[in-house]
Parts: sequence; C-alpha cells; structure tokens
Amino acid sequence: MATKTKKMVQWNPTDIKEDMLKKYPPKVARKRAKQILINEAQESGTPEITANVRTIPGIITMRGCTYAGCKGVILGPTRDIVNITHGPIGCGFYSWLTRRNQTDASGEGDENYMPYCFSTDMEDKDIIFGGEKKLEAAIQEAYDLFHPKSIAVFATCPVGLIGDDIHAVAKKMKDKLGDCNVFAFSCEGYKGVSQSAGHHIANNQIFRHVVGENDEPKEGKYKINLLGEYNIGGDGFEIDRILNKCGITNLATFSGNSTYDQFASCHQADLNAVMCHRSINYVADMLETKFGIPWVKVNFIGAESTAKSLRKIARYFGDKELVDRVEEVIAEEMPAVVAVREDVLPRTTGKTAMLFVGGSRAHHYQDLFGEMGMKTLSAGYEFAHRDDYEGRHVLPNLKVDADSRNIEEIEVEADPERFNPRKSEAELKALEEDGYEFKEYDGIIPDMENGSLVIDDLNQYEAEKLVEMLKPDIFCAGIKEKFSIQKLGVPMKQLHSYDSGGPYAGFRGAVNFYREIDRLVNSRVWGYLKAPWQENPELSATYVWE
Amino acid sequence: MLLRHTPTEIADRSALTINPAKTCQPIGAMYAALGVHGCLPHSHGSQGCCAYHRSTLTRHYKEPISAGTSSFTEGASVFGGQANLLQAINNIFTVYEPEVIAVHTTCLSETIGDDLPQITDKARKQGSIPDGKDVIYANTPSYVGSHVTGFANMVKGMAQVAAPTGVKNGKVNVIPGWVEPADMEEIKRLAALAGVEIILFPDTSGVLNGPMSGHYHMYPEGGVTMDELRSTGDSIGTLALGEWCSADAARYLDSTHKVPCRVLDMPFGLQATDRFVDALRTLAGRSVPDEITNERGQLVDMISDMHQYFYQKKVALVGDPDQLIAMTEFLVSLDMWPVHVVTGTPGKKFEERIRELTADLPYEVNVKAGSESDMFLLHQWIKNGSVDLIMGNTYCKYIARDEDIPYVRWGFPILDRVGHQYFPTVGYKGGLRLLEKILNVLLDRTDRDAPEQSFELVL
Repeated sequence: MATKTKKMVQWNPTDIKEDMLKKYPPKVARKRAKQILINEAQESGTPEITANVRTIPGIITMRGCTYAGCKGVILGPTRDIVNITHGPIGCGFYSWLTRRNQTDASGEGDENYMPYCFSTDMEDKDIIFGGEKKLEAAIQEAYDLFHPKSIAVFATCPVGLIGDDIHAVAKKMKDKLGDCNVFAFSCEGYKGVSQSAGHHIANNQIFRHVVGENDEPKEGKYKINLLGEYNIGGDGFEIDRILNKCGITNLATFSGNSTYDQFASCHQADLNAVMCHRSINYVADMLETKFGIPWVKVNFIGAESTAKSLRKIARYFGDKELVDRVEEVIAEEMPAVVAVREDVLPRTTGKTAMLFVGGSRAHHYQDLFGEMGMKTLSAGYEFAHRDDYEGRHVLPNLKVDADSRNIEEIEVEADPERFNPRKSEAELKALEEDGYEFKEYDGIIPDMENGSLVIDDLNQYEAEKLVEMLKPDIFCAGIKEKFSIQKLGVPMKQLHSYDSGGPYAGFRGAVNFYREIDRLVNSRVWGYLKAPWQENPELSATYVWE
Repeated sequence: MLLRHTPTEIADRSALTINPAKTCQPIGAMYAALGVHGCLPHSHGSQGCCAYHRSTLTRHYKEPISAGTSSFTEGASVFGGQANLLQAINNIFTVYEPEVIAVHTTCLSETIGDDLPQITDKARKQGSIPDGKDVIYANTPSYVGSHVTGFANMVKGMAQVAAPTGVKNGKVNVIPGWVEPADMEEIKRLAALAGVEIILFPDTSGVLNGPMSGHYHMYPEGGVTMDELRSTGDSIGTLALGEWCSADAARYLDSTHKVPCRVLDMPFGLQATDRFVDALRTLAGRSVPDEITNERGQLVDMISDMHQYFYQKKVALVGDPDQLIAMTEFLVSLDMWPVHVVTGTPGKKFEERIRELTADLPYEVNVKAGSESDMFLLHQWIKNGSVDLIMGNTYCKYIARDEDIPYVRWGFPILDRVGHQYFPTVGYKGGLRLLEKILNVLLDRTDRDAPEQSFELVL
C-alpha cells in the first residue's frame, strides 16, 4: 500500500487533466477540457461544467442511444405493456431482459411480458416501401395472441428516416381494438446526444397517454409515488418493504416493478419522491402543475440517506403518527446495518473509489462509499445535464441547443377537475421557512471534495488513464468498461446492472453493498497477477549433491 | 411461469417476431473484426448500436470489447454521416492507434446511403490514415439477413484485402465462421498437428480469451494480421467452414484471385470433423498423424460407450444455420432425434439441409428459418411435442425452466455461464466436450427424477 500513497502524491488534478488531454487532436482536447472539471469551492455557486453535449465521433464513449433510454430504461421494467420495437431485429434483441429489472408478477392473473421480446423485424422491403402496414399487422397479432391492456410501439433509427407515422398507426389501432391503449414513442436512436433524450420521450408519452387514466380511488393514508427508481437487482422491492413497514403507500414507481395501472392512478398520490433526478424531474414538475402534487428529492441509496429520506417524507405529511412510526422503523432497521458496517469499516476505511454512471448513481453511491469510510477520487455522469452536476439553480440559464430542441417539452396546465393543491400556500411556506426543501437538488459537485475530478461522458481512454494514475481501489461503471479496468488488476463494480448483486437500496441494500465492496476491495483474487517465475526470474538453483 | 403468455395453439404470424432467434448484422461484423490483429471495429451509425454490440459481446466473452462509433445525431441523419466518419477515423488513429479500422454500417447509415469506399478514400486523401495503416469495411444493413450475414460480410471485407504477389505461399486459407476463440485455437491446433500451414481468418483466439496480467492491452496478441490477409490471394486454396458465415469470402478469393475454395460444414461432431481433416490433408498433401486419428478414436469410444443414453432422445435446437446443420448431423450420428430446429437467419437451403439430414428418421422434423421463425415458435412446438433436451443460447433457459427440460447452452449469446471462451466444441476434442455436456444434463435429470428404490450409483 505504500507505493499507492506515493503514487497519489505524485499527481495533482491539474497534471492529471493535462495528461488526459494531451493525446487528443486539438479540437477534441478543447471540447473535453470543458467536460473535465477540477472541483473547487467557490465563493458563490458551483463551478461550471459542460454536459449533455454531443459525443465526439470515434471517441469510445460509454453512452447509449435514445431508443435504449426509452424502451430499455423507462419502459423496460413495466410488466404488463406489450412493447413492440418497430425496426430491424437488433434493437429489440439487445434490449431483451438485459437490464436486470426485477418484477413481481406473482399475483393471480398477473400479466408479465418482460421475458418476451416483440419486434416488427423490418426487412429491406419494409425500408423501401414503408413499414406502417407491417406495424399495424404486428399490433393486431400481438392483440390477438395476448389481449393486453396496452401496447406500446418504439421507433428505431430507420423508422424516422423513412417517415413511418407510428403515432397514426397507434391511434388507428387503439380506436379499432377498443379495449387496448396503443401509443407510440418517436425514440429513434439518433435523437438527442444520449439515452437521456429517450428518458424524456418515454416519460412524456406515459404522461400523455397513461397518467390519470384511472380515477378509481386508491386506498392509503400516506400516498406517494416514487419517481426514477428502476428496480435493478430488486432495489425497488427493498424500498417498498421499508415504505410498507412505515405505513406509506407507494402508488406508483416510475418505473421499477411497475404496471400500467400504477401509472394510470399515480395522480392520486399526495407527494412525489424523486430518486433519479436526471431521468424524471420533469415528470414531477408536470404532475405538480397538472394535479397539484408537490415533489421532493430523495435518495434511498445508503442507510443514512434512506433514514433521511424517510424522515423527509414523514415531515411532509406532518402527522405525528407517521413521524413516530418512521423513527421506530429506522431504530429497528439500523442495528443490523451498523453491525455489518462496523465489521467492514476497518477493512474499507481509507480506500478509494471512482464512479462513472448514469445521471444520479454516480452521486447517490458516494453516500454508501462514505458510510464505509471510502473516498471518491473522481466521478461523473454518462448522460446527465448541468443541473445534475451543479444544482437546479442553473436551470433558468441552460442554453437550449439544437439537439435539446428536438426533444419535445410538453406544455401542461392545471387539470380543470382534478387539480388539487395537496398543501395550501401557507402550509408550503411554513414548511419551507422551517428549512424544508421542495423541488430542490444541489447536484453532485457540492458533495465532492475539493481537488476531486468531475468528468462528464468519460470515455475508455480517459478511464484507463485515470486508473493508471490514481490507482483507485475500486472503479464503478457499466458492463462495457468492466473488463478493461479489471485487466489492470483493479476491481470493477457495475453500477448500472450491479453485476449479479443487489438490492443495494434501503437498509438491507446497504448491508449487501458493504459486504460486496468489502469482498471486492479486500479479495485475495487480485493478488495472483504474477507467476512465481515472473516475481523471481533468476535461474539459479543448487543441486542437493553440490 | 416466466413465459406464461405463450399459448400451445400455434397461430400464423406474418408481422410480429417474438423472442427472436437472430440479431442484426453489425454485431457479427464487430465480432469478426475483433479477429484481425490490431483492429478497432467501428460502427457507422448512432452510438446506441455500438453500445449494444459491445455490451452483448462483453457479456458473452467477459472480456473488454473496444469499438468506435460515428455517434450520429439528427443532423448527421439528415445530411449524411461523412463528416462524422472522417472525424472518427482521424480521432481513432490519433488516440487509439490501431493498425486497422474495420468500419461497418448500420440500418441508419444504410438507409441514408453513405458510401464507405468514397468516405474512406477521402480520409486517406486528407491524411487521416497514417502510412502503413488500413481501413477495411463492410456494408451491414441491419434489415437484411442477420448477425450471421454481418459476420460473413465483414469476413468478405477481409478477403478483399488480398493482394496476390503471384508467388504461392504454400498455405491454406481456413475461414472458421462464427465460432468461439477456443474453437479457432482448436482449428489451428489440428492444422498444426497435420503439419499444414494455414491462414485463419478471422481469428479471435488470443483476443477474446486473453489472460489477466495486470495490464490492459487494447490490441492483444491474437488475430490474423493484415499481412496475412494480403497474402490470402497467394494461398493454395481456401476451406470455408459454413455456407452462411464463410462461403462468400472464399468464393470471392476463388473468383477474383483463382484461389480454389471448398465450402464445408463447420467441424462440429464426428463426421463434419472427418470431412474437415480430410479436406485439409488432401488440399495440403499431408498425411494425417496418429495423434489426430487417436483423438478421433476417443470420440468414437465415448459415443459407443454412452450410446444408451443418447438413443432416440428428442432434441430441440435453436441457433445459427451453419452450427445447426453440423449439430443436427452430429445428433443424428448419435442416434438422437433432433425434432424441432429453428433459426431466425433466413435461408431456404437451410430447411432443405436439415430435412436431408433427418430424412431417415421415423418422424418429420419441424424446421423453420427466417422471420417469425423465432423462439416463441420453438416453445410452441415444444409444448405440442415435448423433448428430452434443448440446445441453444441463454434465452432458452426461460423455456427450459417453464417446461422443466434439460438444457445445454450452445451458441450465441451465452450470458450466464463461462467456458465457451476456453473450451472448444469443434473438432474431435470439442465433440468430447459436447457429449460430456449433453450427458451431464441428461444424467443429472435421471438422478433427480429417479425414485429412491431405483436411484443408482453407477450409470
């Protein structure tokens, strides 16, 4: 470990940044320089970073596309909608069961189409003559086979180019079928600059076509929605377990372990709790404008953050019964968490991590590493925007570029019948004066140490450089990055799909994560890189008789 | 039940593919390109294609898969991707320093009609391609054929590098088709045993089954070199293993450079391996060494020793045409009964071949290729006529679990097990491994289901 400390001292963040940039062609270096930020405390505000800009062609990015964000991320975890990919076979195939979204379809008569992949499998004749007829027939065939309550259609790249009107086909089939809500997503892969655009397109259409469709009253004393939680590795199950235990009813999760009806009824909730700010903050805004439901930012990654988020929800409802119950639950859950934390702390304290994922996790997981006494040397997002880095105060000043302009913003107005402010102006004001924060997110930068590197859209070359120079004890990113990092002898944890583990949210999730990271950063398996003859290459030997 | 909505009754479909038994061309091109030494594959399209292919290949091989993308935005999609590809080529040679970039297209760039030779030519004229370095390419429209077609197209792109000198090199070109790195290694081992010098292309051994050393090598030791590819035009002949994966490249070398080719089946199982070894020795004029004959004998030994467990066991197969043809022949040679055979890759000839191979059997095989020939249909066939064994990629585990049928993972992708990178299934040794895998699942089932009074120690 001594060599490690020495290495760390040798590098300062400015040198690291310079070293990462020096091999690039000048134009690339100039662009990347703005996306690599050395964190420093400023007198007012946070330092500015460039984010949500085009990926540079030829640079090996971690990013995916708009279709992946729409069909894979947002609609992937909804079990009872038949999701038909309209395009050549690949896109449907690659987004088939690969994200580890878990779902509980164990109820009698529960529908579950998640293990299925549906595609129009467009061929050259469909590209030449148009694919609308094939899409129409595919919807009919899906309906005849399964009679689902809803069918969704996802556009792939060529669909936009050849001009198939998927929305018209969806509308026609919805009218024809009568009891099946058919709608479509113009989520061609080339739109936007990353999967973030796909999240937006997905959420807009769910809001437009599904939210508010079911007014049948939902029971529950403290009703919330959980926005931006995708139930990877069962995270959502653990959060639901805790909420249930507290007596909080989660009407709808967007979109882990979700169903059509959850989205349709979500307007009956009294609070929206936002996990992943990037993928869904605009839905929270729309739900507030249309139905009067306020929103708060929460984080169930990390035991302390979970406790804090539960208290935040309880405080909103302001009911002593709930406040007390939440404290009871925290008191019940924490001993098991603390016991494991104390077990691992001597082995994890002082270790270092790097996190490059998503639009929230690179931030949220720093809490968990912090609980283990681990320091984050560098972090950044794959597809986030400036507000996720610097906080929502930058929102009014964000420049809308050509790529963002292509992504629809829905204009929402208060619902004439169903708009119902859950709290009066006076109540909201009183809470805020008491330090309660509605619709607030300060971003990742203020939570990171001075001198740490915040890097947007990190690529393979920079990742390798960072790991070589800073030698973290663990690196967190996605499957594409996993094995190039591990070849360097540094353990790599996937924070998109969690490799095979999880849940990592909530109290039990924290326990799982402590154990998993302890396993990774302290394992003996990283010690076998050199063979004995590589350690000691001398050829000397003595014979017994000598 | 995981696939609880799959009805037993089969209804005709003409538009909806469910649980596909294929994927799209570009991933095949990317896999093939990884079998060229010092090559960085490049996906000319939206960045999602590249991300999906890299993810799938990474999950299958548990190895780093590097590849570039042109990262199309809406503008590029309207005005064409030339600027993106030129920029990409320049950035890749500057930052990642490969020997060669292998560009493949996507449905997006194909629909726009980007002209790869013209763009590559322009890149060269602009000085973006350093001296001594290369760009090879293949058109791989995702809306034609399947991942197998894309593989074949990129392999043909490699053959197009051939630059005959007029002096024969005494080597045999072997085009292995879409097999695993371990299989490619095994083919090279067999050829070396037979004393035949070969140029194997593509060759992913030493690339996608690399060691852990504490260093990351973006371009590992393995792969066919560009010099070897140039030299394929001087070879004494070409053996193409698999009509779908390898024949186009072999025929190109035959018709363009007069390198005579033979198209064989992939060497899975006894008879296909026999034919491969026989063709190799005839072409190169060598006699087969005892080592190979002994390996063959070991396979025959295991087949005859264990015949009782194979005899008349019904098998459902799903995968790619070249593999399925060889496997069907192998299973029939064991007296097993392949009853349902499905591939998403189109090809009438495939259905004919499978029917020929099963013609002597006392039942009519269910076989289908192309669109709507998918794993949903396979599952329905199984529901209508149960089997003792399923062989196919990881997606079969859902069918195997629901129907409680023994299952051997074989094909692409295998996302939930390891071994395919390291242990070959081609050749006689590979045949032994296939038999072991099949026997293990069949006998594990016997053990699991045997009543206590007939539970046996010795099987």
